[in-house]
Formats: sequence, structure tokens, C-alpha cells
Amino acid sequence: MRRLIPHPGLSVLLVVIWLLMANSLSFGGLLIGIVIGIALPIYTAPFWPGRPDVRYRAAIAYCALVLWDIVIANFDVARLILFRRNRDLRPCWLVVPTDLTTPEAITVLAGTISLTPGTVTADISACGRHLLVHALDAPDPAAEVARIKARYEARLKRVFL
Amino acid sequence: MSAQHLVEAICALLLVIGASFALIGSWGLVRLPTLMERLHGPTKATTLGLGGMLLGSMLFFQLSRGTWSAHELLISLFLFLTAPVAANLIAKVHLHRLRASENPEAVSAAGMPPPVPGDADWATYEAPHPGTPAATSEADPSPADRPKR
Repeated sequence: MRRLIPHPGLSVLLVVIWLLMANSLSFGGLLIGIVIGIALPIYTAPFWPGRPDVRYRAAIAYCALVLWDIVIANFDVARLILFRRNRDLRPCWLVVPTDLTTPEAITVLAGTISLTPGTVTADISACGRHLLVHALDAPDPAAEVARIKARYEARLKRVFL
Repeated sequence: MSAQHLVEAICALLLVIGASFALIGSWGLVRLPTLMERLHGPTKATTLGLGGMLLGSMLFFQLSRGTWSAHELLISLFLFLTAPVAANLIAKVHLHRLRASENPEAVSAAGMPPPVPGDADWATYEAPHPGTPAATSEADPSPADRPKR
């Protein structure tokens, strides 16, 4: 079973995406979706040597939080673009130390930072313990780093075991 | 006012909101001072712009035409997956140009990126240390001696 379906979450996701792409719920479509959902993870297994332990309930709650933050982020950045003069803007670099140890968790954290208020992830350190983040407007860089760690990293620790 | 009109009004409102955010994102691209600041416009303001337009399109097909359309959901999903990656690659090119060229215009309004605390450098400049989460598959130890998680 473990060899046939190495990544059950990925398989389910592929079936759902296939059905959404077909835009209809038919038996034939479901069958092809299941074949793809089983075959693709097997053929791409070399890319996914480890198997991250994901708590699905925490993951869904995290997605909801990030979606909400994306909406807020859009209004924030739109306000900065429209009403803040360039010389009043305080852009700066942040170094975010991270305690996350799996590549998957760090990737999700970096992606979240890029999608949420005024921050873009630029790089990761060669040792994998720091993220380089560019903030569009951060009067207090230390507070911004603390906010990222408390809001996203702490929750991701509960999503990825 | 009939229900049909109400639906069309909501869809139109969503389209206009989405288009406004797309416009603001593009305006940010024009007026922000340097590359790193400009990166914020397309990664964020445009996300909600496209989201609003897609939501309007989905509501229209669902309520007005009575057909279920899921492609909008997929488009926004793929957008959320690709926008951070694209922004990351552009930022990495910017970091390379900072060290490789003498062009002073390339420096961000935020100044040069700070060094990493400790003995490592940013992964754009230094190969990821093997055995760390930053390591790519090439730099990884062989599967046999990789620590079991």
C-alpha cells in the first residue's frame, strides 16, 4: 500500500484538480482522475524522498487564515501605492530566523510571506535557518519579524510535525 | 429590481473592484522607487484583482447561466502557487546583480541586504550546506545515509 500510494494527500489533490479541470463529475472522468492520482506520485517519487507529516485540520485552518490575510494585504499595499509618497516609504530588509526543519514547511512559510502584507521573500540562507525578506514599509523591523514568527511560523509548526 | 438584475449588479461590482486592484498593482509597478519595492505591486494587489474578476465570473455562470464552472478556482489556486515563486526568482536575480555589477541604480531603496548571522551566506551566493533544509537534491547526501525523519 505504501509503495502503491506513496503520498495519499497528493493523490487526493490530483484527483480533485483533475475533476475541477474537467468541469464535470462523470464516472469516466473520476476513473481517469484516479489513474492519474496513483501514477503521477509514483513517477515523481524521486522528487519527494521524504514524506511530510501534515495535520490536515490545522492545514485547512492555516489556509483560511492566509486567504483572509491576502485580502487584507491587498488593501494595505493598494493604500501604500496610492497614498504614500516615495520619500515617506520606509522599505527595509528583514532577516527572519526560522526553527522549521523540513523543506516543505519552509517553502510554505516563504510563500505565505510573499503573499501577505508588504513583504516578499527574497532568499534563504545556505544553512537553511534564515529567510531574507524585503518589506515595503516597516517602521519597526523587529516587530515585523516577531509578527511573522508569531502569526505564521508558530501555526506552521502545528501543521508540519 | 428582479433577482437577475441583482446578480448582474453584484458580478459587475466584483469585476470593477477586481479591475481597480489590477490597475493599482500596475500603477505601483510604475511609481515605486526601485525593483524590490516594485515587486510588491504585482505579487499582492494583482492577486485580489484577479480574484475579484474570477469570483465575478464564477457567480455569473453559477447564478445567471445556471452552469457550474470550477476553472476560476483552479486559476486562483495556480496563481497562489506561482506568484511567490516568480517573485522569489526576480529577487534572486536582483541579489546577483547587486554583487556582480557596478551599476549603483540596482541597489534597492532599502540598501544592501544584510549578512546572515553565523557563518553562512545567502543561498544565492553560496551553495546550500548539505544536510540542511536548504539543500537541493544534488547537494544532498545519497539516500542511504540521509537521516530518517
